[in-house]
Amino acid sequence: MISRLIPHPLLSITLTLVWLGLVNKVTPGNLLLGAIFGLVVPMITAPYWPDQPTLRRPLVVVRYILVALSDIVVANVQVALMIAFKPNANFKSRWITVPLELTSPEAITVLAGTITMTPGTLSAMLSADASSILVHCLHTEDPEGEVANIKQRYERPLKEIFE
Amino acid sequence: MASVSEILIAFFIVCGGLFGLVGSFGLIKLRESMQRLHGPTKATTLGIGCVLIASMLYALLVKDTVSFHELLITLFLFLTAPITANFVAKTYIIRNIKEDDLPGSQSEYGWSVYDDPPPTKGE
Repeated sequence: MISRLIPHPLLSITLTLVWLGLVNKVTPGNLLLGAIFGLVVPMITAPYWPDQPTLRRPLVVVRYILVALSDIVVANVQVALMIAFKPNANFKSRWITVPLELTSPEAITVLAGTITMTPGTLSAMLSADASSILVHCLHTEDPEGEVANIKQRYERPLKEIFE
Repeated sequence: MASVSEILIAFFIVCGGLFGLVGSFGLIKLRESMQRLHGPTKATTLGIGCVLIASMLYALLVKDTVSFHELLITLFLFLTAPITANFVAKTYIIRNIKEDDLPGSQSEYGWSVYDDPPPTKGE
C-alpha cells in the first residue's frame, strides 16, 4: 500500500526540496504544496520509472559528491591554464575506451555526467550493449592511466552506491 | 565589516568572470570541434559556480537572507550540461568520424551510433 502511494520516496523528497528551493521561502503552505507535488508527480510518472534505483551507503554518496566537486575545481584550473597558455600544437587530444563494470542505467548516467563535468574528459558515447563508454580527452600523455583513474576514482564508489 | 564581505563577493565575481573568459577564449583558440566542446562544459562551469557563490554570499552577508535559487541553478546546470555535450558529441561523430577512426569498444557490440543494441530479454 505504501509502496503504491509513494513509489519513489527519494524522488518525492527531491521534488519537495526543489519546490521549496524554487519558491525560496519555507512556510507551512509551501511545504504542504511541495509535499503534494512530491506525492502526485511520482504517482503519475511511475510507469516511466520501472526499476527503482536503490541508494545504498549514504556516506559514500556524500564522499563521492565531495570528491567530484573538488576534482571539478582543481582540474578546471588546470584546463583553464592549458587553454590560456598552451600552444595548439602541443594538445594531444585522443579518444579512450573505458570498459564498464556498472550495469544499472542510473549509475552509468551519473558516471557519464561526472566524466563530462570533470575537466579534460568528455563522455561521448556508449557501446550498443552499454558495456563500455567512449571518452574524449582534451590532453593526455597517458591514456591507460586516464582509464584507470576514471575506473578507480568514480566507477568504484558508484558501484558501491548503486549495486 | 561591510568591506570584508564586499571584497569576498568581488573576488568571487572576478574569478567567475575570468573562468568564463578563458572558457570562451577556448572556443576561438582550439582547432578541433571535439576540443572546443571541452570549453563550455568545463571552465564555464567553474565560472558560473563562482558567480553563484558570490550571489549566495551577497544574499547572506548584505541582505541577511538565505537564498536557495543558486543551489538549484547548480543542480540544473549539472543535469543539463553533460546531456547537451553528449548530444553535440554524438552529432559530430555521426557526421564527421568513421567507425574505424575510433578505438574499439572492447565488447562484441560496437559503438551505439553504428551498431544496433542487443535484443532485450522477453522480446
